[in-house]
Amino acid sequence: MWFTSDPTFWMPAQASNHAALVDNIYYFLYWASVISFVACMFAGALFVLKYRAKNINDKALSQVDHSTTLELTWTLPVFAVAAVAFYFGVMGFVSMKTPPDDAYEVNVTAYKWAWAFNYANGHTDGNLHIPAGVPVKLTMSSDDVLHSFYVPAFRVKQDVVPGRYTQAWFEVTEPGEYQIFCTEYCGTKHSEMLAKVIVHTEDDFKKWLDSVGNILDRLPPEEAGKMLMTQRGCLACHSIDGAKGVGPTFKGSWGTTRKLADGSDQVMDENYVRQSIMEPQSQIVAGFPPVMPTFKGKLEDREITAIIAFIKSIK
Amino acid sequence: MTADAAHIVSSRDDTYLNHTKGLLSWVVTLDHKRIGLMYLLSTALALCLGGVFALLVRTELWGPEENLMSHDVYNQMFTLHGAVMVFLFIIPSIPAAIGNFILPIMLGVKDVAFPRLNLASFYIYVVGAIFLVTSMYLSAIDTGWTFYTPYSSSAQVGSQSAVMSSAMGVFILGFSSIFTGINFIATINTMRPKGMGWFNMPLFLWAVYATSIIQVLATPVLAITLLLLTVERAFGLGIFDPALGGDPVLFQHFFWFYSHPAVYIMVLPAMGVISEVIGTFSRKRIFGYKFIAMSSLAIAFIGFLVWGHHMFTSGQSKLASMVFSGLTYLVAVPSAIKVFNWLTTLYKGSIRLNAPMLYALSFIWLFAIGGLTGMFLGTLAVDVHLHDTYFVVAHFHYVMVGGTVMALFAGLYYWWPKFFGRMYNETIAKVACLLVFIGFNVTFFPQFVMGSQGMPRRYYTYLEQYQPFHQISTVGAYILGFGILMAFAGLILAALKGPKAPDNPWGANTLEWHTSSPPPFDNYASQPEATDPYDYHALVFDEKIGGWVKVEDAPATGGEA
Repeated sequence: MWFTSDPTFWMPAQASNHAALVDNIYYFLYWASVISFVACMFAGALFVLKYRAKNINDKALSQVDHSTTLELTWTLPVFAVAAVAFYFGVMGFVSMKTPPDDAYEVNVTAYKWAWAFNYANGHTDGNLHIPAGVPVKLTMSSDDVLHSFYVPAFRVKQDVVPGRYTQAWFEVTEPGEYQIFCTEYCGTKHSEMLAKVIVHTEDDFKKWLDSVGNILDRLPPEEAGKMLMTQRGCLACHSIDGAKGVGPTFKGSWGTTRKLADGSDQVMDENYVRQSIMEPQSQIVAGFPPVMPTFKGKLEDREITAIIAFIKSIK
Repeated sequence: MTADAAHIVSSRDDTYLNHTKGLLSWVVTLDHKRIGLMYLLSTALALCLGGVFALLVRTELWGPEENLMSHDVYNQMFTLHGAVMVFLFIIPSIPAAIGNFILPIMLGVKDVAFPRLNLASFYIYVVGAIFLVTSMYLSAIDTGWTFYTPYSSSAQVGSQSAVMSSAMGVFILGFSSIFTGINFIATINTMRPKGMGWFNMPLFLWAVYATSIIQVLATPVLAITLLLLTVERAFGLGIFDPALGGDPVLFQHFFWFYSHPAVYIMVLPAMGVISEVIGTFSRKRIFGYKFIAMSSLAIAFIGFLVWGHHMFTSGQSKLASMVFSGLTYLVAVPSAIKVFNWLTTLYKGSIRLNAPMLYALSFIWLFAIGGLTGMFLGTLAVDVHLHDTYFVVAHFHYVMVGGTVMALFAGLYYWWPKFFGRMYNETIAKVACLLVFIGFNVTFFPQFVMGSQGMPRRYYTYLEQYQPFHQISTVGAYILGFGILMAFAGLILAALKGPKAPDNPWGANTLEWHTSSPPPFDNYASQPEATDPYDYHALVFDEKIGGWVKVEDAPATGGEA
């Protein structure tokens, strides 16, 4: 079980360059723990059975209360295991924290409760698409509270902090899909702040990157709007099928009048949608929490127009 | 007339329990024993309250869909569970409840150094507890017990004032903790009986002493943190909130600078209880006394230098992480060696498996697993994978719950005859111990597996692949809950209806067993001279009274057997 990259009872499949390294130390500690635990508990059980008092007044067979030799002897293996784990733990950590210079860069923005992966060609996606066989470096920041980027199959985790950049890197050998979790508590939908890493072959990745660029030119506005809203995580909170979410549903919403938290009425029209994207807290619908992040500076006018077109189309 | 009996003036009928009567005599008592019992009652209530929250959380997690409650209610539940268990139960339980009752009697004195401060500490605890629970409940706070910024300082959390008032509750509780710590330090430093040098002190006193030092030194840091949080909220000074120019990671440094030493506030007294119980029920001198005593101080000291190991993935520098990882091992080593010491004490002992001993042996099992899994988390590269997953949840429950709760019950069953002068029912106590032990392992062991598989903590919903582990865990939680209720039931039954207990039912030789059960109001007429706390062979079992007496006082037949 030590040298396999398949999933085991304890560990998920090893899908990145860091995984084997982490697992080797994990299993070293695992076996050291199993052996010492079994030995200790076996000794304890043996002593309890063997030296059980038969008569309440039985004296202990020995009153030896210290032995410097013994105490030093058992300290040594503890120190040895600790030293080995420490050394390899540090080595592995340093390599996980030192991205190679030629790594492919993706910028990551985390916000409640979705991920935005920004590519050099201007495309932003809700999932992380990467090429296989190439080191990838993520430069991450948060728009609101702490989040943490975690891919169990890669053994990679890094907190994403507002107001500063943190980095993570990895290289994946096989194309496939892997789960991303948020592992720093961030409020209501922390457990649904999920995304996928989609690993393509190098050629497929190039094709994908071309295909997602310029969607506004290539697709009708409703479809482009739908893609944008999926990629930016809007649909994580706003349903399109009438289901109750963190925010109001878009189903059949266009043109309706809604009550705002301040008591006023507001028609769901182009200006309202635009205003809500730019300054989400300014006109909250009654009964919903004021939690949406602003997209000011993150969406272009053409993108907002496409989004409006899509919302209009959800009957 | 024995030397012992000479110290006891009051007759057995006049005890601290009936010395004065009426509710008022309890409410304004300065007697450390009564204050200890009041602490015991409050912390036991906190344990039950926190337990209910835990069961609600576990029930919700039966499946990934909504079972009982919404996202937000779930988030409030685990926050309440954590805060109530940590601040209201684990931190005060052993030191303030058992410590208050036993510490002065172990020293052969009438009371702690500052009885009024002691009572004040109790009431500050009560006020802080009420303040904390009501404000958390009313403001629906959902930050987790760690109150991480900037989430905790953002407007969306409950109402604006939620975090402030909860923080104020913790701030108040901190004073209670400090008062108890100061009191114990003063008492141990100045009031030890003749013949009790530092290295004749029972190990429980060493443990409580080390704990008190941490309480006095670490708690103010928490107060400072909460004060800074208040200043930030009230005056808009940027300290932790990046929107104001602060640094959110700074809060984690402050928070763990207190909360990591607090872990040792939770576990050191537990180790002290275990050292007493293992020695007594093995009828053998505890192995490596000096090591255990010194390691308590060492752990207390190094415990201040390892806070950064909670932050390996926070973005702190590589060098800082390496240093914290190394220092973490320095704490792990003495803890591991303590386990060897307890096991070696069993070797060639004369072992009796009464309920306190069963709880103590369970403690060793659970603490060993908790300690070993701590090695995984202290190792940098491995921690990156395991951080903030259920592996961490399982680890700290093994150490804090497996450790502290098992030791609490070991201590309660051990000293209960002294508390109330009545014996408990062994069968109930042992069955409860078995249920707690099984329930605990069934609840938390699967969490190591799902954590290693990547299941993040504080998740309301989860991927299907983790469901079997969650379900086993939930079943275990109910067994554990039932076991804890049964353990309490056994204690309550004993206090009300148990048969009369002898002064020394276990053959222990620390001073508290040399006064009557329950102790008289003044504990002793005059301070007795210290005994060798671990000289068990100075005592012999007397069939007639069902307890242990000094060899020289024993009836001829039961004498030098």
